[in-house]
Amino acid sequence: MSLLSTLFQGGQGGGYGQQAGYESGPEGLGSIADIPDYITHHLEDGRYIEFAGMKLDLAPYAFEPLHLGSLTLDFSPTRQLVFIFLAAFICIALFVPLARATMRREEGKAPSGVANAMEGMILYFRDEVVRANIGKDGDGYTPFILTIFFFIWFMNVLGLTPFGITATANLSVTAALAIIAFVVTEVAGYRALGPVGYAQTVFFIPHGLPGPLKPVMLIIMAPVEFLGKLTKPFALAVRLFANMMAGHILILAIVGLILVTQSWAVGFGGWIVMSAIMVLELFVATLQAYIFAMLTSVFIGLIRHAH
Amino acid sequence: MFFTLAVVQDAAAQGGLGLIGAGLAIGLTVIGAGIGIGQIGAQMAAGIARQPEATGNIQTASIILAALIEGAALFGLGLAFLKF
Repeated sequence: MSLLSTLFQGGQGGGYGQQAGYESGPEGLGSIADIPDYITHHLEDGRYIEFAGMKLDLAPYAFEPLHLGSLTLDFSPTRQLVFIFLAAFICIALFVPLARATMRREEGKAPSGVANAMEGMILYFRDEVVRANIGKDGDGYTPFILTIFFFIWFMNVLGLTPFGITATANLSVTAALAIIAFVVTEVAGYRALGPVGYAQTVFFIPHGLPGPLKPVMLIIMAPVEFLGKLTKPFALAVRLFANMMAGHILILAIVGLILVTQSWAVGFGGWIVMSAIMVLELFVATLQAYIFAMLTSVFIGLIRHAH
Repeated sequence: MFFTLAVVQDAAAQGGLGLIGAGLAIGLTVIGAGIGIGQIGAQMAAGIARQPEATGNIQTASIILAALIEGAALFGLGLAFLKF
């Protein structure tokens, strides 16, 4: 049975109901104490996708986890994974035809339509973000920074659509992105500084220090410098995760309040407040994606020019 | 005195003190963020008043800095929610 036919069969995926012990709809929310469960149920990962009253169960599509010694890696589809792939697919579908059209277009002709809009953003990133932070010879990092921005942006915005899931509201997803940015930064530093120069970023000895103090300085400062390298990707991950999660918790808390009190006054007031918060959420989604990309380029520039 | 101790022990057993901690964490981090972003707003207004043609640069830099400060505040919020 194909994925699409299961989707349109209206939740016949089988066996979902007992997943979280949670009933959707006003009957499930008895009192304010139920709201935290309601929030976590909507924010956390799960083996199902809800769409307009239909539930698509993802458990039948699970496959055997990968066992590497004592490590068990489960790559089965969950709803956040589906949305990660959806964001990646939208990125590919948007930019690969754009690149082909740019290659085919004659020299000197201006782009039109979607290509025009995307080219504006791409040039902005190349000039204001990559070249300003990494320098003119950093043009090779432009695709990476652009990918980070558009991928995170699409993931954030997909979470704001009706029945959308925010993949970046999961610390594992943002941690993976931050680890990738960290690896790129360190490898860029290693390639720009060489092995000796790169080791000097960790084992840092200030000039003019008397001889006996040098080993002491090394022993004290090396772990600090090493941890200092790790705080930057940690901050990137937690910043993105906390921004996305906090916005959604706010929206879901107000929705939960409306469902609990079930009064028209609360509903109307909550509707106005939620609309304002949703507008702020759209702005924060774009801004946090931009900040992630910009900070990554700043870190790459900093480590390349460390001497 | 023993009555107070018993009340505190009872509250701790039921997770009440943890909730007070989470509430304090959320409130204090938001106060910090508010003060920080307020300072940025004040300096932004002063800068734009002094040199209106630099409005674009000042606005962009202010928004980026506000997002960074908010990131720091949301560290505290996120960790409080994880406990909660």
